[in-house]
Amino acid sequence: MTDHSIPVTEDELHAYVDNELPAERSAAVEAWLVSHPADADRVRSWRAMTDALHAKYDHVADEAVPPHLNINLLSRPPRRWAYALMAATLAAFIVGGGAGYELRGRSAQLSTFTSLTRDALEAHTLYVVEVRHPVEVAGSDRSHLQQWLSKRCGYEVRAPELDATGLKLVGGRLLPGPAGPASFLMYETASGERFTIYASKASTEIAQMRYASDNGPGALFWADRGVGYVVSGAGDRQRLEQVARLVYDQNEKAKL
Amino acid sequence: MSSDFRHNVETMIPALRRYARALARDRDIADDLVQDTLVRALRSEKLFLGGDLRAWLYTILTNLNRNRRRSLARQPTMMELHDTNADASGTEAEGRDISRALLTLPEDQRAVLLLVVLEGLSYRDVADIQGVPIGTVMSRLARARAQVKAMLEGERPMLRRVK
Repeated sequence: MTDHSIPVTEDELHAYVDNELPAERSAAVEAWLVSHPADADRVRSWRAMTDALHAKYDHVADEAVPPHLNINLLSRPPRRWAYALMAATLAAFIVGGGAGYELRGRSAQLSTFTSLTRDALEAHTLYVVEVRHPVEVAGSDRSHLQQWLSKRCGYEVRAPELDATGLKLVGGRLLPGPAGPASFLMYETASGERFTIYASKASTEIAQMRYASDNGPGALFWADRGVGYVVSGAGDRQRLEQVARLVYDQNEKAKL
Repeated sequence: MSSDFRHNVETMIPALRRYARALARDRDIADDLVQDTLVRALRSEKLFLGGDLRAWLYTILTNLNRNRRRSLARQPTMMELHDTNADASGTEAEGRDISRALLTLPEDQRAVLLLVVLEGLSYRDVADIQGVPIGTVMSRLARARAQVKAMLEGERPMLRRVK
């Protein structure tokens, strides 16, 4: 049915531009636009917007897919995946030679993230099950622990107060990290749930948190002023984020 | 894992990257979103019971981005605000305007605009992706277009000051 007398609504103008109108109604809209220049103007501007978006972003779809998005690597089981990913970026690196600094920056960031997170998760898994010797210096000796770790690691180590999430400081350890010493702090709740904060010097500027999980405990990674932090814990991701955010906020506050 | 499924997912990667780049702006964050989307999709192949794979992948990516923004709500988002990517596209001034205009949109509106306009999804698909009625999709789209239009025109008063 063609009825040109029914007024065209704004929804129909959008649907017209997006090719969602039935043909007969499209014809009605076209007729309407001839006699309604303001609407014709809007339709034109929306079409220009479509063109501008494609002009801006279509080239992304034409780029070669970066190696870390290789579907075959991503299909592997998660454990081997991290190594495969690193191997792939390394290979791309060597093959690429001087081909691109952008890629170089990208793979440097990736390996910092993966190696630090992997080490942190390994330390977490190793020590959270430890009943008698989970730490080297107990949490009751907080200021000594902080001083000692700060001195050995070369950045200021603070053991944040996580009481708001029910966590008390068990203590800390010094560990070897991927690029120098790493500080390792352990917290636990009254019910024995344990979280760890692993930190080490890291040459990356990823301010955003990233999540990683290895079918076991999860880890949240971020970097700030040359130090990479990984908060690890079992349980759901929301709980982990709650703890990590508290750690993050206290670090921020302390640095102001 | 069926190689068909994997292949079909793979063919979507370029489009997912485009959508993610426009959605998150920062190149690394965008590719991380795509990576998370792929990992999730590959792991949950069994949960995908036929239907539209394309819409399903966009759904995962859209949700991941929403979660990411929620968890970062209190974090500094400095990286997103300055343009670190010298994009190679031709009309640079124009392109920069539109990406800046996109940033001013609320998350859900930006996703609707990009899914419909850039990715060419139907209103019905976008409604399913966002889990809202079609009417909501249409009002988000209308508001997004009005806002972007205002931003573009506001920034270039010389070009358009009709009446």
